[in-house]
Formats: sequence, C-alpha cells, structure tokens
Amino acid sequence: MFPILSSLIILPFIGALFLVFIKSTERNTGIKYVSLFITFANFFLSLYLWKIFDPSISAFQFVENRIWIEGFINYKVGIDGISILFIILTTFVTPLCIISVNSTTTYRLKEFLIAILIMETLMIGVFCSLDLVIFYLFFEGGLIPMFLIIGIWGGNRRVYSAFKFFLFTLVGSVLMLVAIITIYWISGTTDVEKLYELGIQENYQKLLWLAFFSSFAVKTPMWPVHTWLPDAHVEAPTAGSVLLAAVLLKMAGYGFIRFSVGLFPIASIYFVPLVYTLSLIAIIYTSLVALMQEDMKKLIAYSSVAHMGFVTLGIFTFTQQGIEGSIFQMISHGLISAALFLSVGVIYDRLKTRQIKDFSGLVNVMPKYAIMLMIFTLGALGLPGTSGFIGEFLVLMGTFKKSIITATIASVGVILGAAYMLWLYKRVMFGNLLKTIDVKKMVDLNKNETLILSSLATLVIFFGFYPEPLIKTYAVSIDNFINIFNLSVDLNLADNIK
Amino acid sequence: MEILIVFFPLLAALISGFFGNKLGNRFSEILTSLFISISAVLSIYIFYNVMINDYNSNIIISSWISSGTLNVNWSIKVDPLSSVMLVVVTFISSLVHVYSIGYMHHDPHKPRFMSYLSLFTFSMLVLVTADNFLQLFFGWEGVGVCSYFLIGFWFKKQSANNAAIKAFLVNRVGDFGLALGIFLIFYYFGTVNYNEVFNSIPTLVSEKINFLGFNFGVIDLICILLFIGAMGKSAQIFLHTWLPDAMEGPTPVSALIHAATMVTAGVFLIVRCSPIYELSPLGLEIVTFIGMSTAFFAATVALVQNDIKKIIAYSTCSQLGYMFFAAGVGAYNVAMFHLFTHAFFKALLFLGAGSVIHSFKDEQDIKNMGGVWKKLPFTYIMMIIGTLALTGFPFLSGFYSKDAIIEFAYLEKGSLSNYAAAIGIITAILTSIYSWRLIFLTFHGNFNNKKLNINDLHDSSLVMLIPLILLSIGAIFSGMFFKELFIGSESSKLFWKDSIIFLEPLSTDHPPIWFLILTPSLITISIPLSYFLFLKKHFIIDQIVKTNYPIYVFLKNKWYFDELYDFIFVKFLKNLGNFFWKKIDNLIIDRFGPDGISNIVKKCSLYAVKFQSGFIYQYAFIMLLGFSLLLTFLIIK
Repeated sequence: MFPILSSLIILPFIGALFLVFIKSTERNTGIKYVSLFITFANFFLSLYLWKIFDPSISAFQFVENRIWIEGFINYKVGIDGISILFIILTTFVTPLCIISVNSTTTYRLKEFLIAILIMETLMIGVFCSLDLVIFYLFFEGGLIPMFLIIGIWGGNRRVYSAFKFFLFTLVGSVLMLVAIITIYWISGTTDVEKLYELGIQENYQKLLWLAFFSSFAVKTPMWPVHTWLPDAHVEAPTAGSVLLAAVLLKMAGYGFIRFSVGLFPIASIYFVPLVYTLSLIAIIYTSLVALMQEDMKKLIAYSSVAHMGFVTLGIFTFTQQGIEGSIFQMISHGLISAALFLSVGVIYDRLKTRQIKDFSGLVNVMPKYAIMLMIFTLGALGLPGTSGFIGEFLVLMGTFKKSIITATIASVGVILGAAYMLWLYKRVMFGNLLKTIDVKKMVDLNKNETLILSSLATLVIFFGFYPEPLIKTYAVSIDNFINIFNLSVDLNLADNIK
Repeated sequence: MEILIVFFPLLAALISGFFGNKLGNRFSEILTSLFISISAVLSIYIFYNVMINDYNSNIIISSWISSGTLNVNWSIKVDPLSSVMLVVVTFISSLVHVYSIGYMHHDPHKPRFMSYLSLFTFSMLVLVTADNFLQLFFGWEGVGVCSYFLIGFWFKKQSANNAAIKAFLVNRVGDFGLALGIFLIFYYFGTVNYNEVFNSIPTLVSEKINFLGFNFGVIDLICILLFIGAMGKSAQIFLHTWLPDAMEGPTPVSALIHAATMVTAGVFLIVRCSPIYELSPLGLEIVTFIGMSTAFFAATVALVQNDIKKIIAYSTCSQLGYMFFAAGVGAYNVAMFHLFTHAFFKALLFLGAGSVIHSFKDEQDIKNMGGVWKKLPFTYIMMIIGTLALTGFPFLSGFYSKDAIIEFAYLEKGSLSNYAAAIGIITAILTSIYSWRLIFLTFHGNFNNKKLNINDLHDSSLVMLIPLILLSIGAIFSGMFFKELFIGSESSKLFWKDSIIFLEPLSTDHPPIWFLILTPSLITISIPLSYFLFLKKHFIIDQIVKTNYPIYVFLKNKWYFDELYDFIFVKFLKNLGNFFWKKIDNLIIDRFGPDGISNIVKKCSLYAVKFQSGFIYQYAFIMLLGFSLLLTFLIIK
C-alpha cells in the first residue's frame, strides 16, 4: 500500500531540504514559489486522502507500522475521523501563510520558509501518530521552529516572548515525557491502539492524567498558564501567529481527546470539576481582558484563549454534542483566527502599527477589507450562519446536559465575545479616517490578500450553512469513541462494586 | 412557491451587494424593490390560500446540523401563523424599499443600503418560516445583525455606531435567554423541532428542575427563558434601551425593522409557543406583567421627548407591551391581530415622520418645527391617519385590535388581568396625548426653525408618497376587514387551527356596555384636550412641569435606565477587565510564573559567575574543602 500518511509528513521536510540547497537570490521569489508548490501539493494530497477516507469505519485507517527500536518504539501512524480534519486544516493553512509572506522585505526569507515547512511536517505528524513516543517527538518538536520563528523574525521584545513561550511549554512537556515512560513501564507498550484495548489501571490514571494535562493545558492554553500566548502572538510575525493560532493550539485540543479522555477515562471524569472551572475562567476572564486590550493582536490572542475554553469545556462533557462541537469549534477557530491574524497583518504591513488607537475609519479607504473583516468578526462572535456558531452552540448544548450552571455561565461569554469583537471593529473601521493616517499607504487589499481572505471567508460561511461534510467525517469515529469511553467507565464501576 | 418567497430577497441582497456598484444605483434600487414586491405578491397569494383552502406545508430544503440525536433542517413551514407574518413582512418591506429610493436619494451608498434591507427581509422570513427552534435562532440573530448594519449605516456618525453596538449587545443578552431555553428544550425532548416538542410537552407538566439554586417547573423555566429572548428582541422594559437609540439609523430602517417587523419577532415567538405557554400559568403572568409595565413605562417617557423619532420609538415599545399582555392573558390571536394592524399604522407614522424630517433637511427635534401643515398637506394627512389609528379612534384599525386587548384582559379571570385592563386604559389615554402632542407641535403653532425658510418646505417626492398611501389604506381598513378572521369567536376553529393552541376556548362574553364605550370616548376627549394644552394654553404645561420638576426630569431621562446600566455593567466590566489584565495576568501570574523562574535562574547563575573568579587559590581551597567533606562523610559512614 502506498504510504500516504508518511508522504504527507515527509513532503514538506523534503521541500525544506531542497530549499537549503537553493541559493538566495536578490528577489527571492523563486524560493517562495518552491515552498508554495510543495505545500499546495501537500494540500491536494490531503484532499485526496479525505476523498478515499471511509467515514463509516470507526477504526484507524491507512495505518503504517514500522519498527524503530525493537520492542520499544514503533513508528506507527494512522488516522480516524477525528484526526483527518486537523491534517487538512494544517495543509490548508500553511500555503496561505506562505502566500502572506512578503518575499521582498522579509529578513532571511529562505530560513523562514524552511522553518515553516518543518513546522508543517511536525504538525501533521502530531495528528497522525499512533504511538506515544512518536507523538511526543512531533508534539515537542513543534516547539523548536516556533521558538525560532518568534525569536528571530519577531518584533522588539521577541527574545523575551520566545523564552516565555519556551519556559511554559517546557514545564508541561517534561511531565508528559515522564508520564509516557511510566505508561511504557506499566503496560509494556506505547502503541495507542493497544493501550485503548488494554486500558490503564485506575490507580495510575490520576497522576498520569495530570502529567498529560499539564502539557496540554499550557498549549491550549488554559488559565492560568495562558500568559505566554498574547506575548508570543504580539511578537511573532504574521505567518507565525497564524500557524500558532490555527494549528498549534489545536494540537492540545486534539491531545485532550485522543490521550487524556481516550487513555484515562476514570481520571477524566474525576477531574471534570477542575476542567470546567478553568474553562469557565478562561471564557469569562479572558473575554474581559480582551475587551480592554489596546493592541489588536493581543485582543485576538486573548479571544483565542476564550474560544479554546469552549473547546476544553466541550471535550469534558463526554457527550456527542460536546465533543463534536469541540472539534467543530477547533476547525472553525482555525479558520477564523487565522483570518483575523492575517487581517491584522494586512494593516500592519501598511502602517507598521497594531495599536487600535492609531486607526479609525478605515472603511472609507478599504471597502473590500471592511467586508472581509466583518465576516470574520461575525464568525468570531458566533453568529449563526458562520462556522463559529455551530461549534459554540453544540458545545453549550452538550455542557447543558452535564451541568446547567456551567452552560449558563459559559453562555455569558458569548455576549462578551460580541462586545469585544464589535467594539474592536467599530474603533478600527468606522468613523472618520484619522488625519495622521497617510491615505496613499492605506490601499485596499491586493490580489494575494484578496485571495487568502476570500477563500477563508468562503469557508467560514459555507460551513456555517452546510457543515455536513465535516460532520459526516467525524460522526462515526466520535460515536465509537464515546461508546468505548462509556464502556470502560461502566466496567470500572462494575469492578468497584464487586 | 414558498421557496421563491424566501429566496428572492436573498438573491436581491446578493446581487445588489456584490454587483450594485457596477450595475448602478438605479439598477439595484429597482431590482431589490421588484424582487421583494414579487415576494409580497406571492405571500399574499399564500395567505389567501391558507385562508380559503386551509393550505399548509412544511418544505425541507436540506439538513443543517446533525449531532447525535440532534437533527436540524433548513425548512420552510407555512401555517396560518407564519402566513400572517409572511404578508406583514414582505408587504411592509416592499413599501419601505420603494420609499427608500426617494429617502436615500442623496446617499452615496445606495446599493449597500438596499442590499442590507433585502438581507434583513430574508432573515426575517427565515425566522418566521422555521419549523424548529434552531432555525428560528438563526433568523433571530440574523435580523439582529442586519439591524446592527442598518443602525450603523452612516458609519461616520459615532453615535450611530454606538447605537448599533448597543442594539446588538442588548439583543445578545436576550438571545442568551433564548439559547438557554433552546438548550433546556433539547435537554428534555432530545429535539428542537416545533411539532415534536409541542406534542410531548404535556408529559412534563409536573417535572421540576433546579436552576441557579431555585426550583422551577420545567415548563415555567422554558417559558421564562424564551421570554427573555422575546424581551430583548421586542424591547421590553429592562432590555428596551437599545430601541430609542436605534433611531440613529435611517428612517426607512426604523419603519421596517424597529416598528413593523423585527421587534414583533418576540410576540411571534410567544404566540408560536402557545402550546408551551398555555401550560405555564407562571410564565403567562410574567409575560402579562412585563408587557403592561412596558406599555405604561414607555408611554410616560414618550410624553416628554422632543425627538420625533424617539417619541414614535417609545410608542412602539408601548404597543409591543400591549401585544405581550394580550398574549399573557391567553389571547394570542388578539396579540397577532394587534401585531398585524400595528405594522401598518406604525410604519405609516415612521415613514410620515421620515417625510417630515426629509422636508426639514434632517431636523428631528419637534421644538424646531411647527406650523407647516399647509406646506406639507399630504404628509400631514398621512400622519393624522396614522395617529388616529394608533390611538384607537373608532373604526380605524387600532380601535379594533387595541380595544380587543383591553376587553380580553377585562374578561380574563386571572389575578393580574383586571389590573392589566386598567393599565391598558390609562396607557391608551397617555398614547393619545403624546401622539397628538407630536402632531400639534410638528404641524401647528408657530414655525420655530431658524435655519430654514418656511416657503422652502414642500412635500416629498411621489416615490415616497405612494407607499404612504398604501399604508394608510391598511391603517384605516385592516382592522375592520380582518377582525372576524383574526379574533372572531370562531376564528380559532376557522383560521388559526393548530398554529395557536388554546387550552380553554377564549371567553365569548361581552364586557358591559360602559366598558366598551369608555376607552374610545376617553381617547377622543384627549384630542381637544391636547390641542388646548399644547397649543392654546401652553403655560399650563409649563406650570405642571414646574411643580413636578423631579418627575419631569425623571421621565425626560427615560427613568435613568441608561445611566444605571452604564454604571452597573459597562464601567464595572471595563474595570474588571483592566484589573484581570494588569493585576492578575501581569502582576501575579507572570511575576511568579515565567518571570519569577527566569529571575531565580538569573540569580543562581550570578552566584555561579562569582564562583568562577579565575584565582587558583580559591579553586584550590574549594577543592580541599570538598575533598575533606567527602572524606568526613566516608569515615562517618
């Protein structure tokens, strides 16, 4: 069988190697085209994968299993309905990032593109891995290119932000490594499929869950370990912010489903109050903080924390609506946050500032941009008819089944979400054009920008009205996932009664 | 055909929105007006079919969301209730489209405006033709966002932008209640489809639920939560503050969205859910109470306002209150009847006011008008008709619907309903006074505008006047014509059928004759009274204001709702946000988190730096020390 998953993983890496041997020229457009070509090839490959993927089977598909270290680590990859959407999200967002890179002004463009391509390899790897060690390598490996992207191509405080990012994520990842070794020591394997079958003893679950949680919580990010995100976003270049918000954060959400809930069902139920509390704080607290931000990127970064709060909330409802809503919310947030960061990038390119007070009345000179930004704003505040609504609504529906009070408080976040997004839009777009703004600089979207933003806008609206393609892909897998979850919880209960 | 009705407006919105600038202003004006008019004609045909042939249909267009047991479709449901709404929405909308051609004559963004209007019409149609709560919610927020676009249409005006955001956010508070209501419905029924929910609702009569520490009957709680949604959309007291501010938008918008259609969505929701409300006496009492409070409150505020549009806006608030307390006393069909007649005369009043404003070159303060009835004869007549209909002057449309509400409240035997009837009569008198005050100050007395010359004023163009004529016909005759159909003693069997459920048939008694005469005579007397007070003996009013100055200020400031909310919510939340950000995030988490760790590491490394001094004797000393320590340790062990 053709190793399609491995090809997906390795292709961007080959591209990166290829770039190493290309000489940088004056204009650099060649390098950009090469990487664009590769990422697009990867995107189409993933679409093909989606086409031949059978959504009616709940088992892992396209599994490849190669022995790496005899009896210890296997290189094992495979996908189900949950992971395939994240892979497509990754392969879709990466080329958009590359298009958005300005090839004439970016410092050390070649290295930048190499970092992005390697990043793509690692991100796809995360969503495919079916072995804990492989997963760990991909998951933490993603840290390095991102660290470099922020640290080298970032803004003024880039070094501080990069280290903050590194410090936070490091603490979590060390604990997760310990947990993975412990799992190997207990069960004798790190193969995810086998671990699902074997299950993990109840007395170990809680500690292991906490170790995994510490890593995922930082990456999600959940309150109170979220403070690296705004700084990282503010300093990162646009393409870095986009990857960070659209894909990197989703790795943690994916990890919660696949590993925290999948491997440790008993502990997951035990820790529900903790997760709910932190998610609610994330939703309400960061929405309020977002309201008061003066930097656009920071505002959107904080709103990401709030949106990811819905994701964690939904996952730990263990209901069909909750988990499906979480996945939908992640995909949708991947599109919308990418679009919002790109939109901020558009005006940052023109005026070299992201302060809200430096803008006003842009609608007068940039009508096309105004329409795009309005669509994403409405998506971010969860208007029905955009993809943002469906995820949020399903999550809240699922949560309501488990805890009415939690759902009620989380719904307040929906009101606050509308407040900060509309207020941002009003301050930047409406009113009279500021006198300090040079009108000649504020030209409307160029061809590349129009292409990127309109393709994102189309998807946001399309999935808002017709989410069926996504729903069909994950429905069976999640149904099966929840059945297994309930089964193992019931078994455990039965054991306890005995 | 139903599909055409719903999607023609969308098509018009898309074409005008995306290609309007290329195809020209005139093209998008004609295109949108034409498409909506076709929609209106088809709607009337459907309504006729429903009326004569008991037509009913429920078309499913495609699946929308499915997740586990949740299955939601895009659908178009036509039954008597939605057919009435179809007619109201498309009819008023098409007239407003035509009127806008004249009113927005000087605006540079005409295609955008027409596109928003059509998009609004589409959302409203999706709302009323839903066969499930989720599609209703789609339309509900859809009309909200269109209203946001249209209020903030003149985006250079800061006040308009603020009003737009305020409208959206206050509505979101209502939507929050509605969403929770939908969650609760899904929790208990596993479905959000109207028919399935309504069929199984009686099984829940004795079910209890604990919500935020209180014990509620499930049905009561559903009713309360849905009603919170209705309060937001229909600007009922506590959630009404956005409606007067929404008058910042262009006047055609106020007529269509903030008078005739969108704000009545709340009433529609309650009537649609009559099978639920009928089983919840508590829910109905709350609806009645809020409805009558709003009717009274808004009427008192309208007495002292000077902005012509704000007066009419508060009047809308007040009339919506009437509809709610009609629904609250169980007379859903009467609520729908008032909704129907109100759409005509309130749209007429708004468009008339728009015509006045247009003639006065965007002046809205009635203190700066006056004495122009000879200059604007046509507008004047239209406004008089609208006012007569609104106040319930005998044999005009408002007379039939409003008096019916008061009568049913009187006949209903609930604890609140007699009280509601009394409030209804008082409010009717207040309505009459403020409406005539508006007419007299605007059209009679002295010409008070310093900027314009009275001779420059003239009636608006024909394209604005024709919609007024059509609406005035509705305002005069709709009550008389449709009375039997909507609220006749057999109407529930003959027309409404399953779309409105009455647990017990409405009382067919007649109130005593003195009661029937009471309201019309009171409101008729108040016409000469207002004339006398506001024009002839103005010092009496001044005297009243002087002696009751605190009350006047209280009313003038709209009961201080805005100030209160600003203090409680806006300022408080902003401060809280700042506190979380600057104190907790930056000062606590970062200081003890990453910055703390890096500081410790830094300090440690500073010590380590001192350690490596480069002097051999220090190294030798340390080595010696270490060696002796190790030796001691080994010996002791």
